[in-house]
Amino acid sequence: MSDRDTTEYCYDLAIIGAGPAGMASAAEAGQLGLATVLIDEQEEAGGQIYRAIERAPLADEGVLGSDYYKGRLLLEAMQASHTDYLPGTSVWDVEDDLTINVSHHGRSRQVRARRLLIATGAQERPVPFSGWTLPGVMTCGAAQVLLKNSALVPPAPLVLAGSGPLLLLIASQLSHAGVPIEAVLDTTPRDNYLRAARYSPGALRNPKLLLKGVGLLRTLKRSGIPHITGVESLRAESGNDDHLDRVCYRRKGVDHELYCRSLLVHQGVVPNVQLTRALELEHRWHEQQQCWHPDVDVWGETSRAGIFVAGDSSGIAGAQAAEETGRLSVLQIAKQLGQLEEGKRDTRAAPIRRRLGPHQAIRPFLDVLYQPARSFLIPEDDTIVCRCEEITAGELRHIADAGCQGPNQAKAFCRAGMGSCQGRLCGLTVSQVLAERSNQSIDAVGYYHIRPPIKPLTIGELADIAD
Amino acid sequence: MPNVSHFERLPMRASEPVTVFVEGQAIKVDSHDTAAAVVLMAGLVPSRTTPTSGSPRAPYCLMGVCFECLLDIDGVANQQGCMVKVRDGMQIRRQVGARDIHEPRQEPTT
Repeated sequence: MSDRDTTEYCYDLAIIGAGPAGMASAAEAGQLGLATVLIDEQEEAGGQIYRAIERAPLADEGVLGSDYYKGRLLLEAMQASHTDYLPGTSVWDVEDDLTINVSHHGRSRQVRARRLLIATGAQERPVPFSGWTLPGVMTCGAAQVLLKNSALVPPAPLVLAGSGPLLLLIASQLSHAGVPIEAVLDTTPRDNYLRAARYSPGALRNPKLLLKGVGLLRTLKRSGIPHITGVESLRAESGNDDHLDRVCYRRKGVDHELYCRSLLVHQGVVPNVQLTRALELEHRWHEQQQCWHPDVDVWGETSRAGIFVAGDSSGIAGAQAAEETGRLSVLQIAKQLGQLEEGKRDTRAAPIRRRLGPHQAIRPFLDVLYQPARSFLIPEDDTIVCRCEEITAGELRHIADAGCQGPNQAKAFCRAGMGSCQGRLCGLTVSQVLAERSNQSIDAVGYYHIRPPIKPLTIGELADIAD
Repeated sequence: MPNVSHFERLPMRASEPVTVFVEGQAIKVDSHDTAAAVVLMAGLVPSRTTPTSGSPRAPYCLMGVCFECLLDIDGVANQQGCMVKVRDGMQIRRQVGARDIHEPRQEPTT
């Protein structure tokens, strides 16, 4: 952390999140002479995709592959930019004048800035299915975090289940690391392939990414790991020790069972909207991605002037697109602050938009191909939806029948979304279950009102900022 | 405990070893590990029980979203284990149900 007295000082720009969007934005802002602060919840820059990139603790760089180590360039550019980097610092509220209330290791303080760029990235989509709360079940993203941050791999026997590029990526990474994998259970619905085919012209504009996908499938095949497609009715069950013991599924009408101690699940990623919702920014439902994202203009500016969102937190487009959208936001911020003329802004933006093109062009194909099976979006009655308060889909249907109009009423009806995760892991599902049951559109049902503090806070931390 | 499952460490480029205590048992870990990673290494699974029904849980997302890795760290209950980096001598315990607000409050050591 810098020596600057950050309490009274007003930065030109505060960036929240040090993933690809945040790091690229900080570097761009440095080049344009903006006084910038980068606030990062993590202890080290990189976000989730380039997690621990500075240390990169794995001895064998082949495990994570070269795409991960490309994050070093971003980190170096960020470090060269004279940005004030605040690691281990959580944002728990942003006030109307863009005063940011943050907490660092149990102490709160305020950071002030003229413009705010939210780059809080994505979270894994909640994947409710029977048994998903059992110890031993974990997300694919979690396994990657442990691999990148601590060089840790999950205990055998190990099964992976779900849909999406990350499922195949983590399978190939763990396999390269010598971890035996019993099976990859692919839940991608069979008709997704047909539905996605009509978007293949867009996909062909990004041959690099397509080839990477084909490469992953080939690696998987070569490694001899059974890649079982068309998996339905996924269920995790415990033995007599409160721990995952087996995974059950149906394929072509036949029931199967695999013994395992670790099950990694994945159904794609969705924008992390906790802060953008708390700021009451306008959000839009993305039908192909089956999630909400904040409504932004071509520079990433939101419905509240001066607040920008870049990277996956503004809509899922991947790490490379995140860098580019971050840079675009910074150009517009510099222009608004009188640091960059309009013509120069557009000249600098042109190559960035050209690089962004292929990443956006392939999205409809990927989004439709990896749309989760319906049971993961609108689960069966006995499946827990809200893990914190242990509310099942059946209970949500019951309250919908009793007249519950939406997720905010659901809090009063059954406490869904009122546990410690503040709705992060049930919000999407609660909205979708209620919309379907009460025959309303997802927009009419809406999402939880997220209220600050958006991170758990002690009374002491709240009192810190009163002085 | 039967069938204890431990996460295992792959070879690392460099490591700064520190000693932490999981339910009183000393374990050597890396200084960059999080408390949640440590319970997975130590096989302390389930690492908490829920306040609602007492059902067993373990770290799930490892990126600060799910709050399933709540732990008692150095006597302070309900800490998000995946967001807390270890320190030498750290005491990590299971979070059993809700936090007991009648316990004497201990200041977090930073």
